[in-house]
Amino acid sequence: MGIFSKARLRSPWILHFDAGACNGCDIEVIACLTPVYDVERFGMINIGNPKHADILLVTGTCNRRNARVLRNLYDQMAEPKAVVAIGACALSGGVFHECYNVLGGVEGIIPVDVWVPGCAPKPEAIIEGAVMALQRMEERASGRRASKEAEDG
Amino acid sequence: MSDLALGAIALVAAPLLGGFLIGLDRRLTARLQNRAGPPLLQPFYDVLKLMGKRPMACNAIQGICASLYLATSILGVLMLVLGQDLLVLLFIVALGAVMLILGGFSVKSPYSQLGSQREVLQMLAYEPLLVFMVVATYLNTGSFSASSILALDRPLLLAMPMFLVTQTLVMAIKMHKSPFDVSASHHAHQELVRGVYTEFSGMQLALIELAHFYELVLLLGFVWFLWHTNWVVGAVLALAAYTTTILIDNVTARMTWRWLVTFTWTWGVGLAVANLAAIYLTLRVPR
Repeated sequence: MGIFSKARLRSPWILHFDAGACNGCDIEVIACLTPVYDVERFGMINIGNPKHADILLVTGTCNRRNARVLRNLYDQMAEPKAVVAIGACALSGGVFHECYNVLGGVEGIIPVDVWVPGCAPKPEAIIEGAVMALQRMEERASGRRASKEAEDG
Repeated sequence: MSDLALGAIALVAAPLLGGFLIGLDRRLTARLQNRAGPPLLQPFYDVLKLMGKRPMACNAIQGICASLYLATSILGVLMLVLGQDLLVLLFIVALGAVMLILGGFSVKSPYSQLGSQREVLQMLAYEPLLVFMVVATYLNTGSFSASSILALDRPLLLAMPMFLVTQTLVMAIKMHKSPFDVSASHHAHQELVRGVYTEFSGMQLALIELAHFYELVLLLGFVWFLWHTNWVVGAVLALAAYTTTILIDNVTARMTWRWLVTFTWTWGVGLAVANLAAIYLTLRVPR
């Protein structure tokens, strides 16, 4: 494993987007930053800027308005990147799934790497989801490198 | 030791020391907030990770600006270590700061634009303090060169005690510490997202972070020169100034840019001018 891969695993910067949650999941995401869970132990920072972020945490349902915003945020993140959908709403639309304006979960708008179920999920589950996303991101990044090396011969 | 060897050592040691001190800062900040905090080497992981990101530049100017910011910071450290002209050093470092601002202005994002405007105001706040310090050094040594300080047999701090305070102020403003972090912040969200850094990404941001490592060492070097006769005392002074900025950062909230400029131009410049006047009245410098 190269030095960049090692650094990538130890320094995931997070972007949190509340698409249309009831704020239950958002409170649990914020709880991860507090002294009790302190995700900065793993080098995670809630950076709030898509251009600097590595992992996108999405909570809440998608509708026609915020789907554009979500797509835009995802496009502004530099590769390698990963997406974690958090909570029942981000997975499928949750209790809002039959609303007239709700498109459903995050999947379909942007590619999702890890789904964290729950209403709302515990902070422990969110941290585990972020760590799993990090591993998937790294596998993809090193996989791409391996295939590129194979191409180059 | 030859100048070349000294320069090479500074080139390698400065970013290592700067990164380590920033890691210490993040750890100390976390402890003050009753958290465990990241590993000490976290700033290095961050820089390496940013270097490995796929490039996403908005324009060609950004990369040039970030590179020049790093280059001027490195040059600043080298000039201080090799005992060059302090006034020229200040101008070169100011040029680097302007480059960062130009990079921020080159993108039409409101966050980047507003952050850059505020960065200009930050420069307006700290630049006079730096120039006054160099002038005070000149009044003591009769020369603008850093090597002339080393020739002095008594510590500069005895003649210019107020400049320890203003240097701490400059360090806090330069490192975007509360309550002076009007243009960008290292912690938490703010209304400017990431201010002047918003539109820099990947390698460009890594270069800027590296420049911060060098810049921190440069600012601590200025403090060290206040007590050059004993390097341990100088190092303790520099560390004390650094710890003070971290403490202030953790017990205060961000203020407005109006307050920043008013505060530095009254208290900062006031202390500096008072000290300058005292030096002028008491010391007879051989010319």
